[in-house]
Amino acid sequence: MPTETLSLSAPPNDPVVGLKQRLRRAERRRKLLYGALILPLALFLAIAFIWPIAALLKRSVDNPEVHGALPQTLAVLKHWSGDELPPAEAYAALTRELTAIRGTPELGTAAKRLNRETPGYRSLIMKTARKMPLDDGVDPQGALMSIDSRWSDVDIWQTIKRTGSPYTAFYMLSALDLTIDADGDLAATPPEESIYLDILGRTFWMSLIVAVCCLLLGFPVAYLMANLPQDKSNNLMIFVLLPFWTSVLVRVAAWIVLLQNDGLVNQALIALGITDAPLQLVFNRIGVYIAMVHILLPFMVLPLYSVMKGISPVYMRAAMSLGCPPFKSFWKVYFPQTLPGIGAGSLLVFIICMGYYITPALLGSPQEQMVSYFIAFYTNQTINWGMAAALSAVLLAATLVLYVFYARRLGASQAPAGR
Amino acid sequence: MKLTSTLALLGTAALSGAAHADLTVISFGGANQKAQQAAYYEPFAAASGVKIVAGEYNGEQAKIKAMVETKNVTWDVVEVESPELARGCEEGLYEKLDYSKIGNKSDYIGKAVGECGIGTFVWSTVLAYNADKLKQAPTSWADFWDVKRFPGKRGMRKGAKFTLEFALLADGVKPADVYTVLATPAGVDRAFKKLDELKPNIQWWEAGAQPPQMLASGDMVMSSAYNGRIAAAQAEGKNLKIVWNGSVYDVDSWAIPTGSPRIKEAYDFIRFASQAKPQSQYAALIPYGPTHQGAVGMMDAKVAADLPTAPANLKGALPSNTEFWVEYGEDLEQRFNAWAAR
Repeated sequence: MPTETLSLSAPPNDPVVGLKQRLRRAERRRKLLYGALILPLALFLAIAFIWPIAALLKRSVDNPEVHGALPQTLAVLKHWSGDELPPAEAYAALTRELTAIRGTPELGTAAKRLNRETPGYRSLIMKTARKMPLDDGVDPQGALMSIDSRWSDVDIWQTIKRTGSPYTAFYMLSALDLTIDADGDLAATPPEESIYLDILGRTFWMSLIVAVCCLLLGFPVAYLMANLPQDKSNNLMIFVLLPFWTSVLVRVAAWIVLLQNDGLVNQALIALGITDAPLQLVFNRIGVYIAMVHILLPFMVLPLYSVMKGISPVYMRAAMSLGCPPFKSFWKVYFPQTLPGIGAGSLLVFIICMGYYITPALLGSPQEQMVSYFIAFYTNQTINWGMAAALSAVLLAATLVLYVFYARRLGASQAPAGR
Repeated sequence: MKLTSTLALLGTAALSGAAHADLTVISFGGANQKAQQAAYYEPFAAASGVKIVAGEYNGEQAKIKAMVETKNVTWDVVEVESPELARGCEEGLYEKLDYSKIGNKSDYIGKAVGECGIGTFVWSTVLAYNADKLKQAPTSWADFWDVKRFPGKRGMRKGAKFTLEFALLADGVKPADVYTVLATPAGVDRAFKKLDELKPNIQWWEAGAQPPQMLASGDMVMSSAYNGRIAAAQAEGKNLKIVWNGSVYDVDSWAIPTGSPRIKEAYDFIRFASQAKPQSQYAALIPYGPTHQGAVGMMDAKVAADLPTAPANLKGALPSNTEFWVEYGEDLEQRFNAWAAR
């Protein structure tokens, strides 16, 4: 390319300085042109990819409910030590604000947010708001306390203060099985409610198993395809791609039909006398592994195949002709050259697997659900989008860490493997 | 998040865009929707000339929230369960109903008259079993827990709601005391301890269509199930049976998402569907109890005996406590998830 611009834009009898200048100008123009060409894509990525992710990350720390609903009360509580009951102005401010927003969605969302910290808070707020407005001249403090004795509880007021900041680490901490205890210190969630670290570990573990199974099954297939004559390998390729083009949902449903108690697989096993009673193959981990490996296999075979296709058979032949036994020459000469394909395929399978939702949801029991299941649960079922966003952020971070780690490792392993 | 939901909504709007004057009514699908189609949608369309676009969902409120927040409401009337209705009403997801446009409040059973929704039927979660697979009939949740006398897998809905109630009933708590016990930490521990006993034998289900199908295929011998779904399977000739003792019943309501552009037609539809006659026709197609007090009288006595609201079936049954689930639901579901995933 540079030689081309050079020959086009440099008439023979110009001085060298002018030539350099014009060369630079041409270079700039070319860069602008390339920039203009990728602009639509960059814009698309920014709007459809980067912005939603940023918005999602923001939602995981967003905390507008109480902040928006009770600003005056919070302003009073700001100067409150939190050791004894809040001053009378806090009670007055709260009654004013509850009167102002009773019956509006603002009150409902604030009550829901407070209830998330302390179960029972919602009914307390709703019950109190229903008694508003107070009669003229009534002391708000005494009135609130007589509506519900919990208003004379310091913890109840601390909850308002704690949830009143516009941003919160509550969801992020919950996603890591952490919580802020009554003294304001970081603490582990009680064991009967802690779940996400286990789920994250399970997500990693299951993805690893699926990636390894895919590698073990996919490697020979890719090798065969790379070494068969063109027409035969094309036929083989169709078998790899056909399931790839079929809807995931259809394949999962098909596995349920095949693997269920009186399904084809169990009927065949019983007819062959291999087992008497039907084996439990679905709604447990075996079923999930079978279906996930089946669905993700093409993502392993295709990168492996493309790398293997580029490896010249000459190296193996050379090794063998120099007296190296077949397996050793495969292991020492051929295999290291496939490492970039193994790395790319495994990473692809692993990362797709980390975000898998539909297969474990349909084929697994609660013991097989991975992080995405809980993201969907919070998004759809309880509409706790803060929690859904926090879990997504954790999943995103885990994936990025993995990717960076892989990029480093592959950078190191590629050098001796190739060219 | 907002953008993606907007885009998704734009997509649905584009799909249903042609049907601008039509009324979109969303309900829990399956046998229920089929009955609604025959008893409500078709007669209403014939009477009013407003065409109804029927859709189904699984009760997730996320879509409604996204629609209301982005002010792009494409659902006009929605069938909602009680706790979701109470929560959504407080958060402004549903219009506050003007009963003068619907009917007389005193015509309906007490639980049906809500601020944002009017009950359309009473449904029940019952113990159902496959009579071909069990030698003797179970009669209570204690039998459901008895894996020695009744070997085989049991189905339960994957979620805390009603599962905890059933565990306490099996542990000998009286129906009237279930929610007082469950409101205490010790009561919750007791319910989970009882569930621990049965855990290895539980097959979890999520959609209402699953239990009859899994019972019929022999994947499980007993299950918690919605009574209407079991009745539909019985009508297809499956030998499934219902135990009414210890069932938990609740009301599903019609509600209008806030900002529906066809609110007048929505009210027309709700008024039509809340009359005694169409409700009795609906209940004859799927045995969910009508909320209009005049409806049962219009029904065949034999059919009415299968309803959750029939006096014999209410014996030993427990009304679901909406207030309790709105209050403690999120916490208990979280704990249930942690427990189930272990």
